[in-house]
Amino acid sequence: MANNPSKENAKEETNRPWKVDPSFKYEVLKMPGGETLKACFQCGTCTSGCPIARITDSYRPNQIIRMVQLGMRERMLPSKTLWLCTACFTCVDRCPQEVEMESVLRVLKNLAVKEGYIPNVFKELGSNILETGSAYKISEFRIKEREGLELPVLPKTNLDDIKRLAEITGFDSLIKGERKDE
Amino acid sequence: MSEQRYAMFLGCLIPYREVGYEVSARRVAKELGIKLEEMLDANCCGVPFDDVNHEMMLALAARDLCIAEDMGLNIVTLCSGCSGVLTKVNKKLKQDRALRERVNGYLKEIGMEFKGKIEVKHFVRVLIEDVGYEKLEGFIKKLFRDLKVAEHYGCHILRPQKYLELEDPENPTFLRRLIEITGAKTVDYLDKKQCCGLPVVGIDERMSLQLAKNKLEHIKEVGADAIVTICPFCHVAYDANQLRIEKVFSESYGIPVLHYPQLLGLAMGINPNELALDKLRVKSDNIIRNLEIS
Repeated sequence: MANNPSKENAKEETNRPWKVDPSFKYEVLKMPGGETLKACFQCGTCTSGCPIARITDSYRPNQIIRMVQLGMRERMLPSKTLWLCTACFTCVDRCPQEVEMESVLRVLKNLAVKEGYIPNVFKELGSNILETGSAYKISEFRIKEREGLELPVLPKTNLDDIKRLAEITGFDSLIKGERKDE
Repeated sequence: MSEQRYAMFLGCLIPYREVGYEVSARRVAKELGIKLEEMLDANCCGVPFDDVNHEMMLALAARDLCIAEDMGLNIVTLCSGCSGVLTKVNKKLKQDRALRERVNGYLKEIGMEFKGKIEVKHFVRVLIEDVGYEKLEGFIKKLFRDLKVAEHYGCHILRPQKYLELEDPENPTFLRRLIEITGAKTVDYLDKKQCCGLPVVGIDERMSLQLAKNKLEHIKEVGADAIVTICPFCHVAYDANQLRIEKVFSESYGIPVLHYPQLLGLAMGINPNELALDKLRVKSDNIIRNLEIS
């Protein structure tokens, strides 16, 4: 497993047995997108078609599913491995058990973020959308370039709407990467 | 055919660094009589935030859908990521009452409501389904004489299949047909349907470049003169990042990467200057020279 994306001094891997949390699978199962977790029968179709699994040994979608079923919460959530999915949906389309692999991974990432494990890139994109309505900040140069190319003016998002949505979904505090429950 | 009007959803990456796609698509749309209305209050489609908070992604996508519903127009997007997520969320909200009520709960806070009145289409899908191959052929004025093109489908225009319902994602053909309309030949290559790798660039740059490099390698092996993409993310992976890949892996490719509307526009006889070919990082002079003089 790779190291966690944002927290320093994360627990190093040791030879001691991993603590398991038998309730972890139920936590995942009840979240939107986690419902298909139990259907996996470890055929490995997801991993065999995965573009990332092809170039690194550290990423095995079927292994992630098994680890969640076993309750390996504390190993799973801080792991960078969760974030390597390219969301190509090949596994989802090919799974004979209709496991929504990408959605299960997203549930795990959402849980990881709740615990404060959020890669820096998402903090940046997150502050961009709150400040501009766009995931990227469009530079003055680009705006001038658009004028020169006679392209329409870019959308001007009502930022109060975005801030309100961020508040009620809890997004605004999540992107700060602070632990919420403690 | 009655006038075709759509709400144009531009997304974030195109204005950020892929303006050539927008310029060429708008120019081609104009030639085809497709009218694009701007979504003046649109926000990011939400897809980059699904990993952080699924509910925020749903709220953002639904807000864009509501804006188009108010305009009374179907959405057209140029980005496969945007069209993928907007298509998916639109269908889910229409089908799943409990989900719709939950998301409408968020939207109520900003005075909006999802009603389920519109459809979402990628620009290429508009070309295939609303214009049609035959009618498109009627617009072709010049043909490429001897141009070998490697088509890159990308993921989100095809997958997940149960929401996109365009073609069999294991064996897609639409882009091949669209390219061959211009007289160019398409070439088969290993792992044609493989992901471009760009989505993980912010997590592990090397891995992202490796995926793009593998594809460039396979495309070089079959001697393609150009790559054609239909998504700004895929385009960044092969065009903007090509020099970086050459440097990191000590390789040399020099394969131009065109946005499909650029290839189509050239064959429609549109002046190359109006198709923003100069915005491509890898020079594309060989492609224009290949056009038959009519």
